[in-house]
Amino acid sequence: MKRQIPLIITFIVGIVMVVQYFIPRQPFAGLFDTFNRWFLIIAVFALLLGLMNLVRLHANKLRRRNKGWGYSVVLLGGLVATIFTGAKWGIGTGTPFNYIFVNIQQPMGATMFALLAFFIASASFRAFRARNIDATLLLVAAIIVMLGRVPIGNILWNKLPLIADWIMTYPNTAGQRAIMIGIALGTVSYSLRVILGIERTYLGGE
Amino acid sequence: MIQTIGIWVAAFLTLCIFSFLYKDNPFYKFAEHLFVGVSAGYWAMYSWYNVLLPNLGRPLFIEHELILLIPFILGIMMLLRLFPKIGWISRWPLAFIVGMTSGYYLVTFLQTNALEQARATIVPLQNINNIILVIGVITGLFYFFFSTEHKKAVGVMARIGRMFLMVAFGASFGYTVMARISLLIGRFYFLLGDWLRLL
Repeated sequence: MKRQIPLIITFIVGIVMVVQYFIPRQPFAGLFDTFNRWFLIIAVFALLLGLMNLVRLHANKLRRRNKGWGYSVVLLGGLVATIFTGAKWGIGTGTPFNYIFVNIQQPMGATMFALLAFFIASASFRAFRARNIDATLLLVAAIIVMLGRVPIGNILWNKLPLIADWIMTYPNTAGQRAIMIGIALGTVSYSLRVILGIERTYLGGE
Repeated sequence: MIQTIGIWVAAFLTLCIFSFLYKDNPFYKFAEHLFVGVSAGYWAMYSWYNVLLPNLGRPLFIEHELILLIPFILGIMMLLRLFPKIGWISRWPLAFIVGMTSGYYLVTFLQTNALEQARATIVPLQNINNIILVIGVITGLFYFFFSTEHKKAVGVMARIGRMFLMVAFGASFGYTVMARISLLIGRFYFLLGDWLRLL
């Protein structure tokens, strides 16, 4: 009951998804649409599960007055305010929900990612030491691509953008393609193991 | 007025996050927690209006599509994960998600990532660029081939493959850096232009 039924569900759903690809006619084509819709619904419940877990974690922190509980107030306040405005006035343009998104969520998201520019710079300072031929190739490719994409690269040497494009089109494509084929073969074998019930780690313990 | 307040709030939060460059501090922590809370709320409401209502709420409770009781019950079962004693019930919806993802990825990855990429690599070896492309893919695959020890001819192929991979990683790294720098420029443009009106 605890393990057999989930394994059967995985097997049936997995096989249906494979079969519908090769036989895109009824009833399999219809099953794909149905399963896809169910998947979206269950995924929202999974999101809700994460949300409830987040609330429980920070509510406990707040109740026990753990270190930094004030930040939990901020988190829960932001969460409640966003959900309240969305539920009361909807999520369209010009609503308070949209105002929160444009003036709080979007700028903070962009800044968080922009912050990574500094950490990437410090990481590259360590990674870009030409200690051996591999590190040198990494360094040269990265510098050419970076310089080739900005106006100063063109000013330094007008061939740099062309070389950057060539690196992106040929050696980079070759490397990326090898990685993609490797990932695909790994995914296929792992998916088969999951569908056939050989791989069961997603079920957890017990 | 409301627009101006919004810009000031966005500028304050942007500076709070940039303050992390000095060190971890209460301003950054404040912005970080607010970001998590607002993002969670945003995705919850977005999913409610764009996924749950059109796919479950209206069809099930207004149009009485009773088949949708199945994903609804599976969704409720997913929430039981919060209760340790009956948490195992959440394996059923999880099994559905895992099964569907596995089946879908099995065929799509095989089609788009393996077969299409292999097909795109089969090109006439009539110029140096195509030769580089073919050698790069084949030797790159040798690098990922662990069934034979990387010695002699296999070792040489894997070595060349690793060099191609390094160029690919370097190019990707450079590309990522440029994307992040673009975002950084965008944030400075906002601070100096929209907020301080210096631009």
